[in-house]
Amino acid sequence: MPDIVVKTEDVVKEYRMGSNVLRALDGINIEIERGEYISLMGPSGSGKSTLFNMIGALDRPTEGQVYIDGQNMSNLSQRQIAAFRCHRVGYIFQSYNLLNVRTAHGNVTLPMIFAGIPDKQRNEKAEKLLDKVGLGDRMYHLPDELSGGQRQRVAIARALANDPSIILADEPTANLDTITGREIIDLIKQLNIEQGVTVISATHDLKMLDVSDRIVDIRDGLVERIRNRDEIEIEIGEVGGHE
Amino acid sequence: MHQHTRIEEQIDLPFLESLRISFQSLKIRFGRSIITTAGITLGIAFLVSVWTNNEIDLALQESGRSSTIANLEETSEQGISTKDIWLIIMSLIVCVVGIANSMLMAVTERFREIGTMKCLGALDGFVVRLFLLESGFQGFAGALIGALIGTLGAVALGLKNYGLDLFFYFPLLPATPEDAPMRIGVLLLILFGCILGMLLAVIGSSFPAWRAAKLPPAEAMRTEV
Repeated sequence: MPDIVVKTEDVVKEYRMGSNVLRALDGINIEIERGEYISLMGPSGSGKSTLFNMIGALDRPTEGQVYIDGQNMSNLSQRQIAAFRCHRVGYIFQSYNLLNVRTAHGNVTLPMIFAGIPDKQRNEKAEKLLDKVGLGDRMYHLPDELSGGQRQRVAIARALANDPSIILADEPTANLDTITGREIIDLIKQLNIEQGVTVISATHDLKMLDVSDRIVDIRDGLVERIRNRDEIEIEIGEVGGHE
Repeated sequence: MHQHTRIEEQIDLPFLESLRISFQSLKIRFGRSIITTAGITLGIAFLVSVWTNNEIDLALQESGRSSTIANLEETSEQGISTKDIWLIIMSLIVCVVGIANSMLMAVTERFREIGTMKCLGALDGFVVRLFLLESGFQGFAGALIGALIGTLGAVALGLKNYGLDLFFYFPLLPATPEDAPMRIGVLLLILFGCILGMLLAVIGSSFPAWRAAKLPPAEAMRTEV
């Protein structure tokens, strides 16, 4: 039996804008297995980032349920949701979302502070993680002193701080040039393989295709289709041909 | 790796940890903190100077050395003029609005940071506590400086009006209560200014901080200022 880590049941999200109601998600049903690399693809406004927020407990669905590790997220207390965000998930955002007042090292230690990890232990771990993402020599720089790619590396190190079982990446390469974007994708893929982390990434970067196990195409708030790796591989040839 | 099903409860952070984070944040955004603090300083300086000035005038007037005082019309029996009461009330309002506005802006521009902290596992209460601590420090520091500047300003004006007589009749301590309830003396006035500045800063920041902390992180991070 597959080990399902994320499951959504008829997830609907509506946003109220004055008297208008925008239905960003219109009943999403997906299942994601542990250790998978999943890309949520779709044009801007398709609802992929909204779905990303639902899976990461960053927003509440209007209707429907999200299950993580078999646990219904709507039944969790505030404290459990905070613990979930702290321990189970590592978030990576398009705009990095680093705290500008903290150094790279300070950003990586923050989730560990929230987890109650002692000073010495968290400092050592932050150093190890920053080393791993190739920023060993820029640990004590503020985000403003780092390039886009370096900032995203800090965000990746921060996402890994509490050994999460899921990495959620929302357009992690959108603000980066092609080569840097490629490096970031490779780094995330490496974590997926080496540490068995489930990666769920909202993207419209075609470079993400060849590292994904499955691609969930989202359009108008619905799952349009789900493609497996073997189907993807054929299309990569086509994509490559157009580049 | 967390593969177990049960999701545990988030822990509370020790107070010292919050204290450390809020100090760090104030230190690194020093320039911005100074501007917010300056808002508090100005408000309190204005209030304290008007009030102290009034107390000085009354003290000197009672001492019988008030020949140079020009503005004693409408002086009531308690020795405080309607105009001065108005001036004090106005300065209090300016001070309240100014500080509330400074704090509101300072917190609102950090909604994204609040959302991010929540993504990393911060409890709502922790976020609010962080802002209360930061604004409390800022409020106290700004108000203390403001109260001192205000007092010095009033003293300078007093010196100009009364010369060295000022120091013989300086209203350092409260006048007897039946004289006038508003004449609390300069020492208490400085203390009042500090407490008021701190309270206003804390109240001014706690509302937006609480509102931001209650928002789902996705929404807090979407907020544009």
